[in-house]
Amino acid sequence: MIIYLDNANTTKPDPEVIKIMLEYLEEKYGAPGGEFGHIFDEDAREAVEIAREKIAREINASPEEIIFVSDEIEADNIAIKGVAFQKGKGKVLTSKIERKAIINTVKRLKEFDFEAHEISVDREGFIKIDELQNNLNDAILFATHHGNFEIGTIQNVRAISDLVHEKGALLYLDATQSFGKVKIDVKKLDVDLMSITAHLIHGPKGIAALYIRDGIKIKPILDGDVRERGIRPGMINVPAIAGFGKAVELINYEDAKRMAKLRDKLIDLLLTIPDTKLNGPKGDKRLPHNVNVSFAYVEGESVLLHCDMRGLVFSTGSACYSQELLPSHVIRGIGGSFEDAHGSVRLSLSKWTTEEEIIKAYEILKDVVTKLREISIYGGKK
Amino acid sequence: MERFDARKWDEKKRIGYSRKVLQLFLNPKNVGEIENPSVTAKAGSPACGDMIKLYLKIEDDRIVDAKFRTYGCAANIATASMLTEMIIGKPVEEAKKIKFKDLVEALGGLPQIKYHCAVLAAEGLRQALAKWDVIQGKRKIDESFVKLILAAVIDPLTGESVLHGHKYLGCEIEGKKVKIKLAIPKDSEEAIVFEEQIRESFEGLDVDLEIEFLG
Repeated sequence: MIIYLDNANTTKPDPEVIKIMLEYLEEKYGAPGGEFGHIFDEDAREAVEIAREKIAREINASPEEIIFVSDEIEADNIAIKGVAFQKGKGKVLTSKIERKAIINTVKRLKEFDFEAHEISVDREGFIKIDELQNNLNDAILFATHHGNFEIGTIQNVRAISDLVHEKGALLYLDATQSFGKVKIDVKKLDVDLMSITAHLIHGPKGIAALYIRDGIKIKPILDGDVRERGIRPGMINVPAIAGFGKAVELINYEDAKRMAKLRDKLIDLLLTIPDTKLNGPKGDKRLPHNVNVSFAYVEGESVLLHCDMRGLVFSTGSACYSQELLPSHVIRGIGGSFEDAHGSVRLSLSKWTTEEEIIKAYEILKDVVTKLREISIYGGKK
Repeated sequence: MERFDARKWDEKKRIGYSRKVLQLFLNPKNVGEIENPSVTAKAGSPACGDMIKLYLKIEDDRIVDAKFRTYGCAANIATASMLTEMIIGKPVEEAKKIKFKDLVEALGGLPQIKYHCAVLAAEGLRQALAKWDVIQGKRKIDESFVKLILAAVIDPLTGESVLHGHKYLGCEIEGKKVKIKLAIPKDSEEAIVFEEQIRESFEGLDVDLEIEFLG
């Protein structure tokens, strides 16, 4: 059996999700049309609207505020560029530790004469509120995250949204990692736009949702017809949306509580390995499924490959593992050294992760790190 | 590690490491240090995510033993292991002819994105043998020697040699004094990485080394 601890990358679809998807692939294969659609289109439309309602209810929004998009990267682009192009000019803010899609979308806006700025974070990955405050003049948007995809930091969103709104800017929140694990209420968090994705909650790949608060206007970046309010005006991925709805229905916050306990157990075990440090905060301010540590004197891709061959999978922030050959910008962003980034590994749990797997994962990692340190130049010294 | 059977490895799968690379990654040969080595060399650094340190024992112009320590990915470990295997028993002049492509070939190929690992190992060997010539009095420390050393000093921000991109401003050599000038801000994190790499590369040579960071 392979121990899968890469659930922050993607999760295994729940069998119930697959079951409902098959129904809409095999039999109810229509595409939602306008009013007076035929029976196939009606079945499809119904499935999409049921899913939309479930998602809206889960985050305390209304169904009209939910737009289905292909994935989180599309949501980032539609939200950030959509707000910027609607406003026409101004400053767009983000943080140094966002997903690449957010950082690069904000960067791209510079080509359209927008100002862009990346806010720093502290050693645990919390956004520096004073730096945000100092940069909010002329700002039109702050694009940031709820829970960090790499080190699991849960931001104090309410404090951020209060500040952002005080200066008349909008807040776009990437909630892809936290959704389903941390209870989200868009009204309490007071966010203007927010993205969530199906494949991180045991739903299918290729479907995500963008929440746009009633009254917020954005300029569509895709031109098509009136589907998804003209904001994402293309073919509606009915089977995936049906699967997304089912995955949302299956959310159980008791799972998150159990994950948090296993997360803490894994962190404690890993920190018994000498010269190992935790990236991101401990306790309630950390996503329940996220563990990220840096092993000194070894490089992440080597660790990953060894573990893969022994039936344990996860991901690393090492440059060698990235296509650009650059070390993790998140570990660098929290002030970690180059070595901290190269030696970092992210292990992410799911609702199906067991205590036995956690213990086994620790044993494999300990063994691999010890063996690799013997080869490493610093291994001999310790 | 023993449970994995490299013979059953599907070479087309995953990131494209050859069977040979995986075998050497899992069971590298010649790991460790040599006591009282004839010469050492260091290429890259942990900050760059890729480093090799070579220890050579040379007798009668022949490499009689070679060992290594590395920091890096599977390609880095496998390349270092292959390099030591290739040079043990070889006359120094023969070993000088080994190029990075020979290493890639001996490993049954490397993914192109990992070629730099083989380049780094080849640079390490070139550095070791050039240092050996200096120790033997066959070569003097001049700018070409300094550049040879710097070719294996890697910038953690770009993954390229410090010789790339106008960072190297030149050097002054006077007797034992070697002064290297780099256009890198003093006290920056990169300066610390460069200083450590350069000092360790000159290890074993009778020089007074000074590195000046300008900018």
